Amino acid sequence: MSSSNLARWRNGVQYTRMEQPRGPSPLPAAFWRELRAALPADGLLRKPGDLGAYECDGLTVYKARPLAVALPRTRAQTGAVLHVCNRYAVPVVARGAGTSLSGGALPRTDGIVLSLARLNRILTIDPENRTARLEPGVRNIAVSEAAAAHGLFYAPDPSSQIACTIGGNVAENAGGVHCLKYGLTVHNVLSVRMFTSDGVLHELGGPTAEGPLDLLALVIGSEGLLGVVVEITVQLKPRPQAVVALLAAFRSLEQAAGAVSAVIAAGIVPAGLELMDHLAIQAAGAYTGQHYPPGTEAVVLAEVDGDDQTCAMEHAHLRAILDRQGAFAIDEARSEEERRRLWAGRKSAFPAVGRLAPDYYCMDGTIPRRALVEVLAGIAALSGQYGLPVANVFHAGDGNLHPLILYDARRPGELARVEQLGGDILKLCLAHGGTISGEHGVGVEKLDGMCAQFTPAELVAFHALKAAFDPYELLNRGKAIPTPARCVEPGGMHVHGGHMPFGHLERY
Amino acid sequence: MSDIETAGRVCAMVQAAYERHTPLEIIGGGSRRHFGREPLGEPLVLAPHRGIVAYEPSEYVITVRAGTPIVDVEAAVAAHGQVLAAELPRASGESTIGGAVALGLTGPSRPYAGSLRDAVLGVRIVTGTGQLLRFGGQVLKNVAGFDVSRLMVGAYGTLGVVMEVSLRLHPRPEEGAVRVLACDWAGARARLLDWAGRLPLTGACYARGLLYLRLAGRAATVGQAVREIGGEAGSADTFSAVRDLRLEALGVPATALWRLLVPPAAPLDPPASVADWGGAQRFWATEESAGAVHAQAARLGGQAMRLSGPDRHEDVWATPVPATMALYGRVKAVLDPRGILNRGRLSAMW
Repeated sequence: MSSSNLARWRNGVQYTRMEQPRGPSPLPAAFWRELRAALPADGLLRKPGDLGAYECDGLTVYKARPLAVALPRTRAQTGAVLHVCNRYAVPVVARGAGTSLSGGALPRTDGIVLSLARLNRILTIDPENRTARLEPGVRNIAVSEAAAAHGLFYAPDPSSQIACTIGGNVAENAGGVHCLKYGLTVHNVLSVRMFTSDGVLHELGGPTAEGPLDLLALVIGSEGLLGVVVEITVQLKPRPQAVVALLAAFRSLEQAAGAVSAVIAAGIVPAGLELMDHLAIQAAGAYTGQHYPPGTEAVVLAEVDGDDQTCAMEHAHLRAILDRQGAFAIDEARSEEERRRLWAGRKSAFPAVGRLAPDYYCMDGTIPRRALVEVLAGIAALSGQYGLPVANVFHAGDGNLHPLILYDARRPGELARVEQLGGDILKLCLAHGGTISGEHGVGVEKLDGMCAQFTPAELVAFHALKAAFDPYELLNRGKAIPTPARCVEPGGMHVHGGHMPFGHLERY
Repeated sequence: MSDIETAGRVCAMVQAAYERHTPLEIIGGGSRRHFGREPLGEPLVLAPHRGIVAYEPSEYVITVRAGTPIVDVEAAVAAHGQVLAAELPRASGESTIGGAVALGLTGPSRPYAGSLRDAVLGVRIVTGTGQLLRFGGQVLKNVAGFDVSRLMVGAYGTLGVVMEVSLRLHPRPEEGAVRVLACDWAGARARLLDWAGRLPLTGACYARGLLYLRLAGRAATVGQAVREIGGEAGSADTFSAVRDLRLEALGVPATALWRLLVPPAAPLDPPASVADWGGAQRFWATEESAGAVHAQAARLGGQAMRLSGPDRHEDVWATPVPATMALYGRVKAVLDPRGILNRGRLSAMW
């Protein structure tokens, strides 16, 4: 299979794949004239002072200054921007709120940023059909807020939900705390309207998220490589009648991990099932003032919801399992306020851990849940071996780990060791049948990890699919899918650290 | 034959067909060969490639070979108190998992437990050039690489020979019940809006003035829901029949069968259609032209998919605008550049 097979097809026109020049090159005045004409008067930023805010996303160690930032207000303007960039072969990086943790919205110095932040209208909320039609710049939490009047909510709730946008959620296939029960973005989006890089609008999906070929599934989680989504119809769900949260304290990490595996094996599908280890608890306790019982080595946070009766029964079942697995203290919360108290430590764990060391590197591997005990033990052993502390705070119910490697980038050689440790942890995940990224995306950060997860032939297929949508590689070029050539080059994981961007956001 | 040998054999067959530019018809159990456009080409029979590759009950995930009959998978997981997360239609005991993935259909549980596409976690496929590739995996959350696994679902085998599938499982509910209520469509919708999400529904169909409701969950919860719903006791067979597209008992003949996929609150039009999925899926048997059916679906705010019928020249779905059709064509060309796999089965274009 080669991309040349499909290269013959581009709206019926033959073309040959062209290599883009690397680095900035002067663009003709006509490009700027046309780009400005495509946008409202205040819709094009070119002054260095205005571009600073767009140089990076949530992964701040990578920075690049784009040539310009385009800020359309309408779908038509968005299409026009793409049309102009296509004509002049200018790379485009689409951007929502810029909260990606993997560099998904990192600009290119030879291209522009297309910010969809101003396409932020909730077009319709349809309580009869339980759907919402949204522009991409609508913030995630705004959907649930708007739907609340009808007793409905939008299920995917990434930790950055007060800032992150639905368009970005589609690009990253965002998850959150409740996806074990309610699914990821791909399970909750019915249809999208999307521009390909040539400025042509496509409609994918429908009232039941189906179509001749499921390009909708392909686009969701494609990290902005396949198109620019300008309208999204999502499924809304009825708010559960009852919710109960439990916080169970364990005297060892093994016990806590074993409890998670036992809950899953018992057939309970909690709305959320989270785990924090000793280091994470210490950090969270210091940060929020939340008290955990003395002797706590790990906690499991679980939440069940549903109708009153089911919730009560699941809760009793869950509690019994946690008891049996050795929980020595269990705290419970039913009201919204009490639950917020129980969740406080978990939701502030990332910034809290950020206080323990100058830098930390957040990983995102996912493993089968039965391997939790073994993989956590493996991570602890690696942590000791490298002499680098690792805090674990993660979506245990999904098997989605977030080991946080603490380090100090100013110490010579430490970055390299973090890099190696990170690579070893991902290899451990893959060896247990897992994946390198459960929800944060590959972006620029995990390109090398992709080489470990996929064969060259699979990577070639990904590139060919990219070319089917975007033959000139204008959209988010260089992200998400490494070239097979890169994979044979030596080098470990890319590492980030530094200060927590969006420090005010909850992170989980 | 080992998996490696089978894969080698399938790869070689596809490579040979690729070299000769000749199409292959992928056959699982052969029970749905009358679906889609007319099959073309030499048969590539997957039925012998059956059995479970990996099943760890505590993980609620199973990996099976494509030729495994659906009923065999159900029996294997039932032994551990589990069910497939998505309810799969079958024409017979021979209907295979691979065939189910190709068709992409999900039974009445779809609005409450998700679709087959939602439950597919990973696949191994042989592409139209004869390469064995693996996408997705056996974990619930996986965002590395494009989601090619789900792309296979409903593609009618036109994008790859599915060799192996990993599927999500659910715990088997403690108790089930079926209730039947006489009401008009508006009354049915009003009740569903009240009940969906609050009562443990796993199916809601409406046909000829009767609302059929299926419940499953904890015994006490189901008992309470039955009391609240009222009506009369119904048979689980109604839902198996709808799942398997045996709709004669509900007044829909098996000939020229269409699915209309619409917003669930859309009017029941034509009135003779059967509503499934709480209204989002309508079955309609009609001799009307494809154009007329697509127009009707569009009037309801949705789209239509042809399942079976004497006219096998029309595409399964309405033709999208040319630019989008070209995009489908380019995606097809990536995975099957010479149109070897199930050529013309889904669309006359490829």
